[in-house]
Amino acid sequence: MEQIAFFVLALLSIASALVVVTNRNPITSAVALAFNLVSIAGLYMVLDAQFIGLLQVIVYAGAIMVLILFVIMLLNLREEAQAHPVGTFQRVLAPVATVLFAVAIGRGVWLSTPPVFPAASAGYGTASSVGRELFTTFYYPFEAISLLLVVAMVGAVLLAKKKLS
Amino acid sequence: MIDPRLVLLVSAALFAVGVAGVLTRRGAITILMCVELMLNAGNLAFITFARLFDGPEAQIYVFFVMTLAAAEAAAGLAIVIALFRLRGTTDVDEINLLKW
Amino acid sequence: MIDAAISFAKIFVVFNALMLCVSIMTWVERRVSAIIQFRWGPNRVGPFGLLQPIADGIKFIQKEDIIPAEAHKLFYLLAPALSVIPALCAFAVIPFGPEVTILGRKVSLVILDLDGGLLWAFAATALGVYAVVLAGWSSNSKFSLMGGLRSSAQMISYELPLALSIVAVVLISGTLRPSEIVAQQAGLFTHWNFFKGVPFLGFLLFTIAGYAETNRTPFDLPEAEGELVAGYHTEYSGMRFAAFFMAEYINMMTSSALGITLFLGGWQLGIPESWQPAPGWGLWTLQILAFVGKLAFFQFLYVWVRWTVPRLRYDQLMNLGWKGLFPLSLANLAATACLVAWNLNVTR
Repeated sequence: MEQIAFFVLALLSIASALVVVTNRNPITSAVALAFNLVSIAGLYMVLDAQFIGLLQVIVYAGAIMVLILFVIMLLNLREEAQAHPVGTFQRVLAPVATVLFAVAIGRGVWLSTPPVFPAASAGYGTASSVGRELFTTFYYPFEAISLLLVVAMVGAVLLAKKKLS
Repeated sequence: MIDPRLVLLVSAALFAVGVAGVLTRRGAITILMCVELMLNAGNLAFITFARLFDGPEAQIYVFFVMTLAAAEAAAGLAIVIALFRLRGTTDVDEINLLKW
Repeated sequence: MIDAAISFAKIFVVFNALMLCVSIMTWVERRVSAIIQFRWGPNRVGPFGLLQPIADGIKFIQKEDIIPAEAHKLFYLLAPALSVIPALCAFAVIPFGPEVTILGRKVSLVILDLDGGLLWAFAATALGVYAVVLAGWSSNSKFSLMGGLRSSAQMISYELPLALSIVAVVLISGTLRPSEIVAQQAGLFTHWNFFKGVPFLGFLLFTIAGYAETNRTPFDLPEAEGELVAGYHTEYSGMRFAAFFMAEYINMMTSSALGITLFLGGWQLGIPESWQPAPGWGLWTLQILAFVGKLAFFQFLYVWVRWTVPRLRYDQLMNLGWKGLFPLSLANLAATACLVAWNLNVTR
């Protein structure tokens, strides 16, 4: 049962990633990316990481992608106009290079990873186990990243503001 | 049970597709979206290894990467908006003032 | 195998119950709003107009299928479905009854008893924004785009006070699992989370944020007639419009059900355990009816508030969200954290 879920989700995520990269309309790319993020969240949940999977949907698919959609609509971006149309060289080379790159990484990964998952400990992937670790071992990075978020917020507001007249 | 190597292959494929997108596309926002794809491929690898080593550390790394991606998306999109106001386009081939 | 069959049965029951409730809600909305406005409302189709939803359904189905010429076809057709699906998914983690024994087998009356159940409900609500944005954009009309962007900006702004009030409850309960949160509110109704921590404030914040999330009055400027025509669903007609309608009612029910589970004891009866009948189908039916009764009251409250409170202008709405509810929910969270640390009024 898990195998079927894994294969379906993996196929969906790779297919939607291809749509993101190839489609000319930025809104279609954004919606395809949202779909990709939700399918990756599904993969996380198949791998027993429930908390992170749900966080992925809330943060990535529910907030970041909506922000990207808003900006695309604000700037009223049309389909990418091709001033210099993509030549045959790039059209052939890009997929080939992508596959070669994926094979290169994949081969390294295949040879260095064990072929089975060990049994998960009780409470693996739950909010309490992740949270406990986050607030004890990783406390300083946690505070640092909250500071980073404030800085990013202030920076984004300032950068996107119209002229301060 | 699932083979961890298959999951990592999916992660590698997503990463490669993301790299292809960053190198090929012309719209600044689309490039940002392909960067998000690459980050997610890395997150998937992290989660696989978290499951392999049966610990919460890698999941916390994923937590931090997600937060960083959110901050980066916000700041990056603000830069794109400012750029659009200046040049009227988000086509990265047109943003070439420093070209010699 | 049996577990899968039980899950399917639960999904079947909940899905049908939700659809039935949606059609009853259309009748309730029209009759109650009519009585508040001192007129009759639909009372011709069947006794008290109870068959009106059936007539409405037939009307919607037989309407002409109009798609605007310049509309982006894929997203235009996808948006109504995309609005109903997350609304239904969010209801999966809500416990609508205690653990019953059917044919010698213990069945817990919740479809998905996740460890992070509240996160699932919140995630499904967050995904509902896409339908609004896509519907507004793909209709290729100024009113739709404006309405869609305003609606979705409102929804994501009010997700923050909603989430923070939920976090305050999680602090008190110590768990993200809805069935455990309900179990902790057993006994007399003073044990409900409504009274724990900072009494009433968390519930108030949750309810107001819930009204804004579901785009109901007083926060329905983006879709009110006379304001932006009909906002993001201006260009939709017939069954597609009915889908958006359905999604709005299901969202209302999910939001109310979540509030009931978190703050008002879910399916708990609110009377001390010694007064309750012995565990058996008598007690369980009473508890399921208690849940349905609370849900019905909240739906009535939605309609009541709609025709009592004036509508907020969009900038007033956003000001209220960011400058009013958000700091207030942060204060609620801080106060609740202090109370939990000093163990005052948070007996589990």
